[in-house]
Amino acid sequence: MKVTIDGQSIEVAPGTTILQAARMIGGDVVPPAMCYYSKLKGSGGKCRCCLVEVAKGSDADPRPMPKLMASCVTGCMDGMEVNSKSSERVTEARKSVTEFLLINHPLDCPVCDQAGECDLQNLSFEHGKSQTRFIEEKRTFEPENIGPNIQLHMNRCILCQRCVQVADQLTDNRVHGVMDRGDHANISTCISKAIDNEFSGNMIDVCPVGALTDKTFRFKSRVWFNKPYNAHRDCDKCCGKTTVWMFGGEIQRVTGRKDEYHEVEEFICNGCRFDHKNVEDWTIESPREFEKDSVINQNNYTQKLEKVEIATEKNILLGRDEDRKKISMAEIPLNANNTNS
Amino acid sequence: MSQKILLDKINIPGIKTYEVYRANGGYASVEKALKTLTPDEVVEEVKTSGLRGRGGAGFPAGMKWSFIDKKSGKPRHLVCNADESEPGTFKDRYLMEYIPHLLIEGMITSSYALGANRSYIYIRGEYMWVYKILERAINEAKAAGFLGKNILGSGFDLELYVQIGGGAYICGEETALIESLEGKRGNPRIKPPFPAVSGLWANPTVVNNVETIAAVPWIVNNSGADYAKIGIGRSTGTKLISASGHIKNPGVYEIELGLSVYEFMNSDEYLGGMSSDRPLKAFVPGGSSVPVLPAHLIYKTAAGEDRLMSYESLSDGGFATGSMLGSGGFIVYNDTSCIVRNTWNFSRFYHHESCGQCTPCREGTGWLEKVLHRIENGHGREEDIDLLLSIQSKIEGNTICPLGDAASWPVAAAIRHFREEFEYHIRFPEKIKNRDHFVNEPFEKVKHLVAKQYI
Repeated sequence: MKVTIDGQSIEVAPGTTILQAARMIGGDVVPPAMCYYSKLKGSGGKCRCCLVEVAKGSDADPRPMPKLMASCVTGCMDGMEVNSKSSERVTEARKSVTEFLLINHPLDCPVCDQAGECDLQNLSFEHGKSQTRFIEEKRTFEPENIGPNIQLHMNRCILCQRCVQVADQLTDNRVHGVMDRGDHANISTCISKAIDNEFSGNMIDVCPVGALTDKTFRFKSRVWFNKPYNAHRDCDKCCGKTTVWMFGGEIQRVTGRKDEYHEVEEFICNGCRFDHKNVEDWTIESPREFEKDSVINQNNYTQKLEKVEIATEKNILLGRDEDRKKISMAEIPLNANNTNS
Repeated sequence: MSQKILLDKINIPGIKTYEVYRANGGYASVEKALKTLTPDEVVEEVKTSGLRGRGGAGFPAGMKWSFIDKKSGKPRHLVCNADESEPGTFKDRYLMEYIPHLLIEGMITSSYALGANRSYIYIRGEYMWVYKILERAINEAKAAGFLGKNILGSGFDLELYVQIGGGAYICGEETALIESLEGKRGNPRIKPPFPAVSGLWANPTVVNNVETIAAVPWIVNNSGADYAKIGIGRSTGTKLISASGHIKNPGVYEIELGLSVYEFMNSDEYLGGMSSDRPLKAFVPGGSSVPVLPAHLIYKTAAGEDRLMSYESLSDGGFATGSMLGSGGFIVYNDTSCIVRNTWNFSRFYHHESCGQCTPCREGTGWLEKVLHRIENGHGREEDIDLLLSIQSKIEGNTICPLGDAASWPVAAAIRHFREEFEYHIRFPEKIKNRDHFVNEPFEKVKHLVAKQYI
């Protein structure tokens, strides 16, 4: 089947969704996705970030689809023509979804562990505005302890429900889910501190925002100060292939290996994630590849570092010589003691 | 007196019971269909009748039935949507409470047409007493041999179940209803696949409103062509209207589609005019989700024709000067009512009832409500009106299910037709601090304050 997205054509197998086809093409045409996760069955369709315009349904039925379609759950048809970034309507819809996601999202990136590798940050960087039109009070939730390893910040949650699907598809018993409805829908466990399943840590990896973070890494470091390395160990529960995030000689965090769409390649167990933080536990393979534009990649040695020139008066940053030695008690000279003695 | 199809026997004493209902010609359609018609013939009759879904969208019922996937060989289901929660709509409750056997009869005939052996009535939890009435009716029908195995010796089996909802408006959306019926959280599904292909337990399913199903017995007893003669144009048959608001006789009325709005409003047979001498200000023709219309567009369309109670005439002029028949929740306002407060009230409802699954609806409905609440309480800003329009346009069409549209249309319509009233609320906060601000001082009297001044 032939699909054309933003003028670029590709042959895909039947059953491929538009988003998957766009990812095969790659580059600018790929719609952002906050809730779709290719490794999780039944994910997608909820966040509405990936809306695209179907300008031509198929060769058999060339009518355009009247509404914007969620590309992650819409299957490709032969001869389909899709407008992603090139369509005004689509960019407008993405902007509005970004605005909706942000109105109730706390502006606490400076203290959020996810900052730097947050899908919502990336989304708002591209589609968001720096002003807000929302002057109301944001909706908030009581803090809740969901287990020994995972920190839940419900205020940051965007209800993509990926973590629910992880619990459904990876663990034996799901003990958390969506409670309530509307803008007070929240991820919660009925019994507090209930999440202790051996694969529950993957909820952290799939969370697109800082709603679920690693308690063993909490406030330890900003992610861009860490150096990520691909590493592995022999694990009888999972594949053992991880990324370790190091600060100097210390492993501060262990996560699954993520691809360019921030999806883990293979899920890992809690043992690898939380309990093995000694360098001896791991065989380090190589530095992890960076995304070109990621925060972690800033100031990387592979990039050319330009000297920062600040166009200003000479010495305005440096200060006067005498001020650099002493700025208080201006009436007494710096070497007053010396002259008296 | 116009023809009654659903409510013609409603005043017979004891019609709630099987004996009286049967003695008055009840269950004749089941006998006729099972003994003399094939399922496809029943579907064909319903198709010719032009019966349209009475739940709000107005999709032709026969067409919906013909979409059901009969080739896959999976069991099929008929689900009756009795989760009537639209503010201003209470027709299904009336029908189920006073003549429950009509729905049961319709369910049996329709299930036969679709080849469904297991059918469900999904009723909202707040209608607990109606649930008990339906259960009793089902037991009576079962005792009389109209439900169960081998009905009337035709070899057709049918089990009918009533399921109570947990109190969510969203479960009236067909895929959310199916999820809820399966015992899950009532979140709408992403379509496709449509229920006609993969619905309840991934089986082909048809979901119909109570009123739609209750109209089927008459169509089978008489004929689709007879039904199509009632009404006007593509709006065939009769419709139940739940009338409420500032009118003399609120209640449920059965009308032939094509009746003029003027006659419906003012004749003594129906609403009997306004409840007091205060003038008509606005009306909502089809439940809270549809756009509100101002006084000058109620009896006449923008083109100057008489506005009729039909799907086409009420939506004449599109959203600019029209509205929709919707589910038939006819709400009338006189000039004591405040459109801003009313819009806020609707918005609050949708904020409360949004399922929280998709972003625009989850966040947008809350935002709309908060802004409207501010305006109504005297904390509005001049830019809020355009903000509301902008928010609603961003929700509309971008959501999984129609709840997002339903939440945004009333807001857009209220601003479209009553923008001056919003401006009045913003510019004169001290005047609207009193909750009943328009009771003593109707908007017509203060309209000059926000009129545009030309030099």
